[in-house]
Amino acid sequence: MRVISLPRIGTVPAWRRHARALAAEGVPPGAVLWQLDAPEGAPSDLFAGAPAPEPPAPPVTLTLPREAVSAIETALHHSDPERFARTYGIVLRLARGDLRWGDRSDPALHRLLAQEKAVRRDIHKMHAFVRFREIGTPEAPRRTFAAWFEPDHPIVEPASSFFAKRFGDMDWIIATPTLTARFVSGTLSFEETRDTAPPAPDATEALWRTYFTHIFNPARLMVSAMTSEMPRKYWKNLPEADLIPEMIRTAPERAMGMIEAAPTVPPKRAEKLRRGNV
Amino acid sequence: MVKRTLTDKLAILADAAKYDASCASSGGQRRNSKDGKGLGSAGGSGICHAYTPDGRCISLLKILMTNFCIYDCAYCVNRASSRAERARFTVEEVTRLTIEFYRRNYIEGLFLSSGIIRSPDDTMADMVRIARTLREQENFRGYIHLKTIPDASPELIAEAGIWADRLSINVELPTETALSQLAPEKSARTIRSAMADVKTRREASRERSHRGTRPRAFAPAGQSTQMIVGADAATDGQILGNAASLYGDFRLRRVYYSAFSPIPDASRLLPLKRPPLIREHRLYQADWLMRFYGFEAQEIAPQGGMLDLEIDPKLAWALAHREMFPVDVNRAPRELLLRVPGFGTRSVDRIIAARRHRSLRYEDLLRIGCVLRNAQPFITLPGWSPRALTDSADLRARFAPPPEQLSLF
Ligand code: SF4
Repeated sequence: MRVISLPRIGTVPAWRRHARALAAEGVPPGAVLWQLDAPEGAPSDLFAGAPAPEPPAPPVTLTLPREAVSAIETALHHSDPERFARTYGIVLRLARGDLRWGDRSDPALHRLLAQEKAVRRDIHKMHAFVRFREIGTPEAPRRTFAAWFEPDHPIVEPASSFFAKRFGDMDWIIATPTLTARFVSGTLSFEETRDTAPPAPDATEALWRTYFTHIFNPARLMVSAMTSEMPRKYWKNLPEADLIPEMIRTAPERAMGMIEAAPTVPPKRAEKLRRGNV
Repeated sequence: MVKRTLTDKLAILADAAKYDASCASSGGQRRNSKDGKGLGSAGGSGICHAYTPDGRCISLLKILMTNFCIYDCAYCVNRASSRAERARFTVEEVTRLTIEFYRRNYIEGLFLSSGIIRSPDDTMADMVRIARTLREQENFRGYIHLKTIPDASPELIAEAGIWADRLSINVELPTETALSQLAPEKSARTIRSAMADVKTRREASRERSHRGTRPRAFAPAGQSTQMIVGADAATDGQILGNAASLYGDFRLRRVYYSAFSPIPDASRLLPLKRPPLIREHRLYQADWLMRFYGFEAQEIAPQGGMLDLEIDPKLAWALAHREMFPVDVNRAPRELLLRVPGFGTRSVDRIIAARRHRSLRYEDLLRIGCVLRNAQPFITLPGWSPRALTDSADLRARFAPPPEQLSLF
């Protein structure tokens, strides 16, 4: 049995290098045990070099359609511990022509595509729901912001280039329970998360909360439409979310109030307008 | 008047802006700030950064520059005769709010509209100044949507399109009669000619000159409009017919439908009742069918007709055209597959890609992502035949929900 230990930062490129080398040697999927390094521990090399028990299959060069490569790399950011082994099996079959990319009737590929979708959704939600708080002085030439976010999958690396492109003129940190992304003077880097305390609220947050309350139309209350897109699991890190219960509670009353209020008689100004002398 | 704080103004001017349905921020020019010399990115599919309990997405900071207005549109909370509280932002205040919200990842950009103060040109000039300040002074590369004022001069519209990703002009009401009754100062002709002007400028901006240089982009994310539904007596057929002509004549990116909602201090001219949310939802579905499924407005709802509120318009069409079904999933052309209830555009693409390799079976459709419960009566393929289901008299009852589930309130 070969044991392949993957680093926690740069997991996917490392997997790709190993998969290519293993395929070239003809190592069958059943002869590899994939594992992720322990959080702070040194990579375990206990079994490295142990001989493979199964006889090697013919070597394979991994050439795959471009579309497949990007979907596979995305899916590898899923939290499923089986993903490394399953994907190795899939790329071997694809490269040998035993499996057609896109064939959803194949259970393994179907699973991979479903995981790809879940990861893409998670990345999308991270792009949407990260909330920065200013931790430096607003007068600094490059301002500094920080955020704490809890994704479902280990997606910090693929999700961060978006922030680097968008917030190019400021420094920022996004910490998650596993890794932290750090963008300083235009350089993006990743590290193990050390500080798990969310940053303190800043002054602009109060304005955002005002906006959130006032852009809401109580006459159109539709709570399930909100929660399907912004599930409760995200609420604890959203500075506006604690306003929601009260907005829901008072909405019917406010809407009825508008309906019941008698239509009003226009004030004098309107009369003047009507006569054309503003 | 007491001086209002920024918080007070934001409260008043967000309250005043919430009846505009659009919050889209997708498409347009690709930009980013990787060079470290600016802020923001745009051009992908827009992101919804939050949802309010009305189920609406917050993508943009949607505010009015001011809700003072010299016009008196009956449906509008800001009309001259309303007793709503009034406020006005300065250029600096809007700029600051946009930038500070953007830096915290609350928004994709700004959607700015305004009541009409002094004159249409004065108002439009102030809005253009805000957009220009964001672009030139703040190096803002996020999304800007300006709601243009139809009566403003063409030079101002021309400048607006240089700074903004999207321009919109609301047609407001589905018929001209309703517009002249409810918005006496507005004219359908002016609105349409302003749209035509934006369309022409957009086209000109995309043509290369004979030397191959491209002019500056003009409203690269296109133009859109909004129609209020339920404030007048227009039928769904009229509304969709009007939308189809707007899409055709002015190449609009989107038509938004906004269920007329009770507003504080409502006018006597209008129905004070719950907004027709289901009707609005069905109109959006119908609009989708026109844009992506090859349906004509008239097929979905005849001129004087209304949409079925209980079932979606695609299903309603299929039930009324049973002679076209069942469709052979392995043979039918794309246009016909698109008409099958329960088949989305993506499922249809996957069906077509998969059947090139082998004949599809019923079980495959689930993995492809079709909604089989809706599709069953209308399809046939190995592993499934609808038999008499397609023509059964009570087929509609299979889909229509019991009436009490209809209230969204
Ligand atoms: S012009 Fe009409 S719709 Fe626009 S703000 Fe004034 S009253 Fe409202």
